Parts: sequence; C-alpha cells; structure tokens
Amino acid sequence: MIANLQILLDAPALSLQLLIDGILIGAVFALAAYGLALVWGVTNVINVAQGEFVMLGGFITVLCADYGLSPLIGMPIAAASLYVLGWVLFQLVIVHLVGRDMFNSVLATFGIAIVLQQLMAHVFGGADRIVESGLGSWFFLDGLIGIAKVKVLVFVACIALGIALAIFLARSRQGQAIRATAQEPRAASVLGIETRRVYALTFALNAAICGAAGALAAMAYTIHAYGGLAYTIRSFMIVVMAGIGNLAGIIWAALSLGVAENFAGFILGVQYQIAFVFGLLVVVLVLRNWRLKRKRLYLR
Amino acid sequence: MLGAAVSLTGKYAQNGLNTKNGYDLAIKKINDKGGVKIGDKTYSLAIRYYDDESTPARGTELAERLIKQDGIKFILGPYSSGLTKAILPIVEKHKVPMVEGNGAARELFTKGYRYIFAVLSTSDQYLTPAIDLAAEHAEKLGKTPDTLKVALAMENDPFAQDVRAGVLDDAKRHGMQVVIDDQLPPELNDMSATLTKVKALKPDVLVVSGHEKGALTAVSQINALKVNVPIVAMTHCDSGQVAERLGEAAEYVFCAKQWHSSLSYKDDLFGTAADFAKEFQNSYGYETPYQAAQSAAAVEVFADALERAGSLDLENVREALASTEMETFYGPIKFDAAGRNIAKPMVLSQVLGGEYVVVSPAKWATGQPVIPRPSL
Repeated sequence: MIANLQILLDAPALSLQLLIDGILIGAVFALAAYGLALVWGVTNVINVAQGEFVMLGGFITVLCADYGLSPLIGMPIAAASLYVLGWVLFQLVIVHLVGRDMFNSVLATFGIAIVLQQLMAHVFGGADRIVESGLGSWFFLDGLIGIAKVKVLVFVACIALGIALAIFLARSRQGQAIRATAQEPRAASVLGIETRRVYALTFALNAAICGAAGALAAMAYTIHAYGGLAYTIRSFMIVVMAGIGNLAGIIWAALSLGVAENFAGFILGVQYQIAFVFGLLVVVLVLRNWRLKRKRLYLR
Repeated sequence: MLGAAVSLTGKYAQNGLNTKNGYDLAIKKINDKGGVKIGDKTYSLAIRYYDDESTPARGTELAERLIKQDGIKFILGPYSSGLTKAILPIVEKHKVPMVEGNGAARELFTKGYRYIFAVLSTSDQYLTPAIDLAAEHAEKLGKTPDTLKVALAMENDPFAQDVRAGVLDDAKRHGMQVVIDDQLPPELNDMSATLTKVKALKPDVLVVSGHEKGALTAVSQINALKVNVPIVAMTHCDSGQVAERLGEAAEYVFCAKQWHSSLSYKDDLFGTAADFAKEFQNSYGYETPYQAAQSAAAVEVFADALERAGSLDLENVREALASTEMETFYGPIKFDAAGRNIAKPMVLSQVLGGEYVVVSPAKWATGQPVIPRPSL
C-alpha cells in the first residue's frame, strides 16, 4: 500500500490519469442516478430495475452495431426504445405503485429487473459484449496519460443531459407540471394537471436516460445481461449521498465517487475497490444522520 | 441414461449452452454409429437435462433429483468449477461416476473424491505455457528469465485464483519477480486502476484472467490507455471473441486454450479436431468454442468406459473410467488417481492478423510467437 502511494508521489501524472478515469466512469453512474432521483422524487417509487434499463440500452446499441450502424447512432435509438419501454412498463406495472408503500415499489421493480435480466440473457445470450466506438484515444505526456475519446463523450453527454434536464424541469410547461406533481399531487390535479400522464412521462424519461447511459457503458466498458446490479447499487448510493431533487449534487457525488473508487483501487489494491465504496456509503450515512440530529432536523 | 444439470439461464448461459451443444453432438454421433455396446446388448444414449440457473444451490438440488428421483446412474458435469464443486458431494454420496469437461479448479481434485473424472487440464496450468514462453524469449527483451517482471490481474473467483496460484508457482520456478498481484472483484468492469499501475511499473509480462469480461475489458482498455507490455497473456479470449470484436486492439495477445481445432488429434468417432470443428459449426452455426469440444470428449470417455465395463454396475464403470487411456479428437486422455487428465497439455495461441495462431507447445505450433508486442 505504501509502495503504491510512493508510485503516485514519484509520478504525479498517474494521479491525473486516475482522476480523469474516475471522473469519466462517474459520469455513467451520474446518468443512471439522475433518472433514479427523478422517478423517486416525482412518483415516490424506487426503481430497482435501473441497472437493467442501462444494460438493455447497451444491448440495443450492440444490436445496432451488429447491423452495421455506428454506435453513436445507436445511442439515440437506445434512448428512444427505452422511452417506449418505460411508458409501457409504467402503464402495466408502475401505475399501481404510485402513492403506495415504498416496499411495494421495491418488490415490483425487483420483479421487473429479474424479468428483464432473463429476457436479455435469452434474446442476446449470456455473453459479455462490448462495442468498438472506433473513436480511439488522446495521449498526453508521451503517452503517459491516455484518454479514450468515448469516455469524454460519456462525460460531455452526462453534463449536457444534466443541463438539459434542469432547463426542462425549470422552464417548460411539462417540466413545471412534473415539479408541481412532485410537490403536491392532489393540488396539481385540482389545477388541471393530468398527474398520471406526468408520472408516465417521468418514468419513460428515466428509462430513456438509462438507455443512453447503457449505450455509453457498452462503448467504454462491457455489458452483460446480469451486469445491471452494479449500476443500480451505485445510483442508489449516489442519490442517498446527494439527496433527491439536487441535480448538481448528484453529478458532484457521482464524479467524486468515481474518483474515490479509482484511487482506492490503486492504493489499496483493486480487491478492496468495491469494499471501499460500501465503506464510504456507511460513513456518509452515519455522518449525515449525526449532522441532522445535531441540527434537530431528524424526523422519526 | 445420462443426466446433466447445465446452466441454460443465468450468468453462465452462454457457456452452459456450449456445454449442452457439445454433449448433444457427441450423443448424436454415437447413436448414429449404432450406440454403445455393453455386454451383449446395445444401448443408445440419451441425456436428461435440467437448468441449474448458474446457481450452486439449484445445481445441488438438481443433482439429487437426477440421481434419486430419475434414477440416473451416470452424470455429466455442469459448466464452471463452482457448480461442479457444488454437486460433487452429492455424486460422491451416491457413488455415481461423473465425467466432466468444464470444471478445472484445483480444489476439485485435492479432497480425495473418487467419482469425478475430468477430461480437461486443471486451471493452475492454464497460463503455464505463457510464462514458459516468456522465459524462453527473455533474451529478445534484453533480459534473463530471473530479471523478468510479471504483473497479474486476476478476478477474485475460484477459477482465476487457481490460474493465479499456477502463475505464481511458474514465476517462482523461473525466478521471476512479481510486481503487481491485483485481484479484481467480480462486479468490477473497469480495470483502469490496475492498468495505470502497470504503466507505472512497466512489467515485461502481464497476465489477465477474469472470464470473458476480464479478457474484453483488458484488451480494450490496454489499447485505450496505451499500456505497452511486451507480453500480454490471458484466458477466455476465444469465448469472449476478443479478436472478432475488438480487431486491431487484440493483435499479439496470447490466449490460453484447452483445445484448438488446428491440433492434429484424432479419433474414430469425430475424426480430427478440424472435423469436429466443422461438424459443430454445421450443426449449431457458430465457431467451435473449446468448452463444447471438451464436453463432447466427456461423453466419448463415458461411452468408451461403459463398453469396456461390460455392465451397468456402478463400480465396474468407475473402474473402467479410472483405467481410461485413449486418444480423442480433443487430445489424449488418461486419469490420475484424483481424476485429472494428465495426458493433455494446455495450448497457447497468439492473435496474429485476426486469427488465433497456435504457438505452443512446439509440437503443434502453426506459427512463431511475436515477442515483444509492437508498441501501441
């Protein structure tokens, strides 16, 4: 461990590499976390199938690539297909969960996750897949630092989607309706907002965001029919850290999680990389609880 | 008459299917040739399958069911060391012989089990040829074997940890220095932390094992981060299809294989290794993975032992299996007391021009290894 620290001190450029890689993987998690926070905030449903949406988006991109389309075109196709799927799933399942106990929503979306996993394994096979983005990398400092262009694309897409989402929520009529419904669904419906439509829109939007994240994950990392859990857990963590309805906080939490994870992997050894993430979650929760208590904001 | 629980759903679905296809093809061939002659009666073979959903608990349950409820006396192995390990105690308890082609972990053979017979090489031998090759070509890197630096990136699962143990032994044997020994959590699909370390420490050899995901991630990120290592070797490149999917990025990577269709092994049932590959491709429409070849070989071994046993008595068949000594399209097969096949060596190939070219052992080599790997 000390030897690893020594390497970082001797070659500061490597810290930069770790930092960049951390930020870039954090961006994918940020996308999935946005969606989760949006749905959670508006409909009070915790979507445990988040990671499966991401994987499905990835598989759709793989499929497009198999048909000779550029994965960059695959991304909007994945987002659009997931939007439709999100809408259908809402009308079939999620609509019955809105306003119910949170436990029901976890159970039902867990069921959706299992069904999606098995369907993906059946249709696309149980193999790990990856799409070559064909974009290559940029190199700096004699090739000491390499940045895959596709990861930069992920990052830019994440920020752009975040900003677009924030503007959409703040300015457009639909966005206002979503916010109004999140604040007080009954008052919103009294004022003529079709809350059911708003819920459906939110859920479909979330699925679309996950689809886009999946397309990016397939290009920068690997996807697998059963690989969704990592995304679900991390997006849940990020939302818990940042709080619902705090878009900037979510981006910040996601990126710093990515960075912390990468440094932990380097310094402690990768075998502790994921353990470190969970350790961090516990620390954050305890600290948060303690702070709330001290400020007497703690609700029983 | 035979029974198997293989993974048709779950995380091993792809390789479970390869296993099943291998079994089915062998059964079809044997039955087409008139079946198995045991004593003076001729039997045709059939397999009863269950889906173990890639989970050990389900595998155990199904093994009980095959033996106790369905009265199956002869078991074919599941896919993966983990599942084989799960059903072994059941097989032992009922004293039912099992021939398997897809469980390679070392610990399957160190517990004194008597009813397991494995046609494949154990996992600690997977990358042995790669380390030996590195030692042989140390001069090309301007070094001697005992100054070579080795980096390991192995998944934290029983299979890859065995591979790791084997590599550590081999490195020690050559006096090589191990500079990185990372164990990747199975959930991880990003290797940048490890690869950054590789960049810093500049090892001469990088070995990676983490099923298909490990191979794909390693190849694509080594390329994206421009990690220059003279010798890169890994497992699961062919089932992960790294050469097909990643093209250029996979060039010059060394791949450990149990079997390759260009080897000159042959038998009466399938003909040569190439014949098997052709027949498999015709039947299932995709290129033959070695997992299917070793599954087919397992069925062949069973059929051979049943004929030699001359009866369906469990102990007779076990004895016959234990004294197996045959040439198959998959390689020579001869079991030691623990049930390991000690006759067949591992094969090492290198991706050259998009093809997997066998470079070791020298006897079967169809090309010369390119060392060092040209800079990216």
